[in-house]
Amino acid sequence: MQTITQKQLIDKAVSLLESGTVSWVIGWEKGEFDYDITPAVFKNAEDVKEKFVWNDFCGANFSKYLIAQTGKCEGKILVFLKPCDTYSFNQLLTEHRFDREKVYAVGIPCDGMVDISKVKAVCGEGISAISCDGENLSVTTIYSDAPVLVKTEDALLERCVNCKSKKHVAYDELLGEDGDVIDSARFDEVAKLEAMTPDERFAFWQNELSRCIRCNACRDACPACTCEKCVFNNPNSGVENKAAANSFEEKMFHIIRAFHVAGRCTDCGECSRVCPQNIPLHLLNRKFIKDINEFYGDYQAGAEVGSRAPLVNYTTEDLEPGEIFDRGDLDA
Amino acid sequence: MRKCSLTAIDTVFAEIAKSMPLYLPVDDSDGSASYRKWEEGKAWSEKLNTVSSPKDFFFPQMENLMEFKTEGKNIEVIDVRNETEDFAIFGVRPCDVKSFDVLDRVFLSEPVDSYYANRRAHGVIVSVACTRPSETCFCQTFGINPGEPCGDVSVWKTEKEIFFEANTEKGAEFLKKIDGLTEECGTEAVEKQREDINTIMNKLPLKDVTTEAFGGGKTMDFFNHPAWEELSQTCLGCGTCTFVCPTCQCYDIKDFNTGNGVVRYRCWDSCMYSDFTKMAHGNNRTSQKERFRQRFMHKLVYYPENNDGLFSCVGCGRCLAKCPISMNIVKVMKRIGGAENE
Repeated sequence: MQTITQKQLIDKAVSLLESGTVSWVIGWEKGEFDYDITPAVFKNAEDVKEKFVWNDFCGANFSKYLIAQTGKCEGKILVFLKPCDTYSFNQLLTEHRFDREKVYAVGIPCDGMVDISKVKAVCGEGISAISCDGENLSVTTIYSDAPVLVKTEDALLERCVNCKSKKHVAYDELLGEDGDVIDSARFDEVAKLEAMTPDERFAFWQNELSRCIRCNACRDACPACTCEKCVFNNPNSGVENKAAANSFEEKMFHIIRAFHVAGRCTDCGECSRVCPQNIPLHLLNRKFIKDINEFYGDYQAGAEVGSRAPLVNYTTEDLEPGEIFDRGDLDA
Repeated sequence: MRKCSLTAIDTVFAEIAKSMPLYLPVDDSDGSASYRKWEEGKAWSEKLNTVSSPKDFFFPQMENLMEFKTEGKNIEVIDVRNETEDFAIFGVRPCDVKSFDVLDRVFLSEPVDSYYANRRAHGVIVSVACTRPSETCFCQTFGINPGEPCGDVSVWKTEKEIFFEANTEKGAEFLKKIDGLTEECGTEAVEKQREDINTIMNKLPLKDVTTEAFGGGKTMDFFNHPAWEELSQTCLGCGTCTFVCPTCQCYDIKDFNTGNGVVRYRCWDSCMYSDFTKMAHGNNRTSQKERFRQRFMHKLVYYPENNDGLFSCVGCGRCLAKCPISMNIVKVMKRIGGAENE
């Protein structure tokens, strides 16, 4: 359950709309069930009162929507940002992707968002209602008379299990209390992959990426992937690639994408959250983050606006390629 | 009707696999299911359905159509098709079986798509009733009865037994292969299951979704509807809905230059993509709103207009479960065709 309530967010949105501070609101809109929440642009207070929702299923990171919506909106846009969303927000500002003056950012605390597939793993299909009470989700299905209790803690999205920060790094106004950067265990899975033999690692990715259907949801949800026209969608690029010819090509797409966002990826976890095939794509990006931390010192993309990422910031202390060789990485 | 004990199911699979490749839903390491070739040790998934639909068996995501080799002024055209062997797909859900009707009308009408037709002729479809539908299921909106699986062979699975009934000649041939493992039986258990399924269908949250407002000839009723703007405003423009959809059938054909020749291939395309149907003059749909509208107008208006009123959605619920922003055909139908619109 979230510390901050839906009513608080609706009141805030309505008052900012009614005072004329903002013209539009980017928020979460309720769906058919209690968990299928859609990001929406609310243009009046009535819609906010009627459709705005805030619960444990509001995972969507709105930062990227600001690029398109600030271009369309005459006035300011209110955006609600969870702590991890604020890193994407800053990173996009660093890359000059939207006009900061057109945004009114309200930071909101987050107690972790739920992965519906983890809920379904416990209570099965046929969910008719979910309520978030205290530490549990109470799930009613058409197949059981009594609601099934699922501990929220056991059903969190991977990125929330390994939450890196409860601290907001950007906002105009903060609702509730700010938190701290967390010393999370998010690199443990990467370390496990590093400890594998090359053959084991290849088999791991072969298994995961063999499920890829090349829907591009990872790319399209990614706040670091903001090219107006992706090379893979551009018939004039010469590398346009709607379908993979084989499983090797599929890996290439994901590896190229990971390289492209290396140093800019804030580890927001949207790629893995939206993947219809549950491929742990964040592990590719996290490997780059771990390497950057080890090679150049700790660096968190989006922690501040305007920071120069190690990969685009030459210093005389930079690691020589030979040192990587000495470390033994190239044996692999 | 014939039956066997559920404990004998792997023996049944082994018997079929002796004469033809058998594909069935198998659990993946991530907790979902996908169609895989059966081999010793592979178990039939308990999952309601696979993430990707079985349309891939007849209309694969990627296939080479032909090759050209150039030598001097000569161009050699090479047909790369292999004679397809017979194969069986086991465990297809009734919604997905219905999706083959939708695809057939596209690929088997003149001019017949011989690639698709060839695979279709060689495939045996064994369909299984759904005893535990999901909240995302709305097949009854499209007249599908999950207690009445169609295909070449219908299968009902109860707690301890599995029942088979052939619906076509191909299906009868198929059942002959396992004649020695099954026995003739009455229909009581299956009748009971049908009743149970009916009861469940009446409890499903989407049971009242209706196509009443839609159909052929309704283009101008919906084309300029103001809600398209609102419904599409946060669409990411990814292809998830179209690629998990059992009835989406758009594709692209391209030539790949191999250096000394050309491979002509076809792959799935998505009306959600910005370069979809891009032509010499440019692109006829330049905004995500137009692309989004196209997808739903095609399923609910254009397709039925050209296909005797048949809708090109089967209510499988994959797009409801998988869209990254949880926008889907049910929300669209309710918003532009539902009560709040009247």
